[in-house]
Amino acid sequence: MTSFNALLNAASTLCPPTALRFEGVAFSHLGETLLGPCSFTLTRPGPTLVMGPNGAGKSLLLRLAHGLLSPTQGQVSWSGEGRPRQAMVFQNPVLLRRSAVANLTHALAVNNIPRKARRKLALEALERFGLTARAATPARVLSGGEQQRLALARAWVLAPDVLFLDEPTSALDPAAIKAVETAVREFHQRGTRIVMTTHDLHQAKRLAGDVLFLAGGKIHEHTLAESFFRSPASKEAQAFIAGELVE
Amino acid sequence: MENNAFYVALSLLMNLDAALFQIVALSLQVSLLAVLAAALLGFPLGAAVALWRFPGRGGVIVALNALMGLPPVVAGLTVYLLLSRAGPLGELGLLFTPTAMVIAQFVLVLPILAALSRQKVEELLGEYREQFISLGMSRLRMMPTLLWDARFTLLTVLLAGFGRASAEVGAVMMVGGNIDGVTRVMTTAIVLETSKGDLPLALGLGIVLLTLVMLINAGAYVVSELAKRRVG
Repeated sequence: MTSFNALLNAASTLCPPTALRFEGVAFSHLGETLLGPCSFTLTRPGPTLVMGPNGAGKSLLLRLAHGLLSPTQGQVSWSGEGRPRQAMVFQNPVLLRRSAVANLTHALAVNNIPRKARRKLALEALERFGLTARAATPARVLSGGEQQRLALARAWVLAPDVLFLDEPTSALDPAAIKAVETAVREFHQRGTRIVMTTHDLHQAKRLAGDVLFLAGGKIHEHTLAESFFRSPASKEAQAFIAGELVE
Repeated sequence: MENNAFYVALSLLMNLDAALFQIVALSLQVSLLAVLAAALLGFPLGAAVALWRFPGRGGVIVALNALMGLPPVVAGLTVYLLLSRAGPLGELGLLFTPTAMVIAQFVLVLPILAALSRQKVEELLGEYREQFISLGMSRLRMMPTLLWDARFTLLTVLLAGFGRASAEVGAVMMVGGNIDGVTRVMTTAIVLETSKGDLPLALGLGIVLLTLVMLINAGAYVVSELAKRRVG
């Protein structure tokens, strides 16, 4: 297992995760521009933490990047050939009305994994996320923390090149938050590009490789985490870090 | 005593009256077959209308909702015209057979199952949509997942359809003809006995019919409640 992980780490340093590119991307609804226009490229290994006050457009940015929404202007593109494999973990996990393991085998079936291989992959992922004992439990009666871990396990079995997480810990207790953060690191080590929103500064400090700072639908900063937290360049980010209210 | 409807119902059941047994069996057979066939077409149809956006979609939804109230005699008349000797399907010789009755009830039940399943599936889709798109699912692939995950609400929908089918009399009377031993079902027998003036027998048959429908509903309720508690 260690050698396998070492191999993965080596692989992730050899070929950095798929780069994401926003070119003049904007999203408006009913004549009101909710995001952008913004341009940036994610080439650094990350994890990329998208930060900013409520209503800044963090979730919107994630949905545009993932393709859940189409930009009304501009273009979202990826490096390399074709569209990379992607997964997303939502603030409130959306789980099917089936057992935990069936939620995973369903995701595998959708991705055309042969029937025979599904159950084994699903059980492996459940074990990795500490849900083995819950395999047969209906997903919707799991605790909040378990549900989010199951959502992460579902993303894990899909072996995505890119993983989006939208405030994945905002409804969880400290122990569950820790489990989610550990999982995020594991994805990162496996070479998955992480793009995650949070409004929790401490969490961002623990996880971030680089930070995209949004306020009022505009990107104010995109820098390495260290320099962002030590010496934010924009007035808005300074205020946000200092814990002030940002317009 | 013989004029008491409950006594008549009870003695009909106690004596395992052969004629009654045949009527009950045919009633159940016709209605269950009709509902099953309507579900096989109606559930995917309802899910499709919930999933796809196409011109005239609003019209289809209004039509389905309106047809839920289709008068049984109108459905009966339509099927009668189709199956009668001069009709387009007259060659098949289906008029006044149980098959004709199944077809008539199918026509009655289909809009109920399609319209209600459209509503339920659309609600569920609202909850699942982003996750489905995230998983890269096509609309066609979403359909079986939604139908399966809506299984408990769809069971209730199925019962509504069965209630409609087993209770109606107009359609089966017109296309079945209430022929003794061939196409006589509970509701048509009740109409006949009432017009003959044998009110206790008519009422007795009514009680038997009601009991049967209640038993089926109770069974389905228990099954779905148990399953719901398990699946959450």
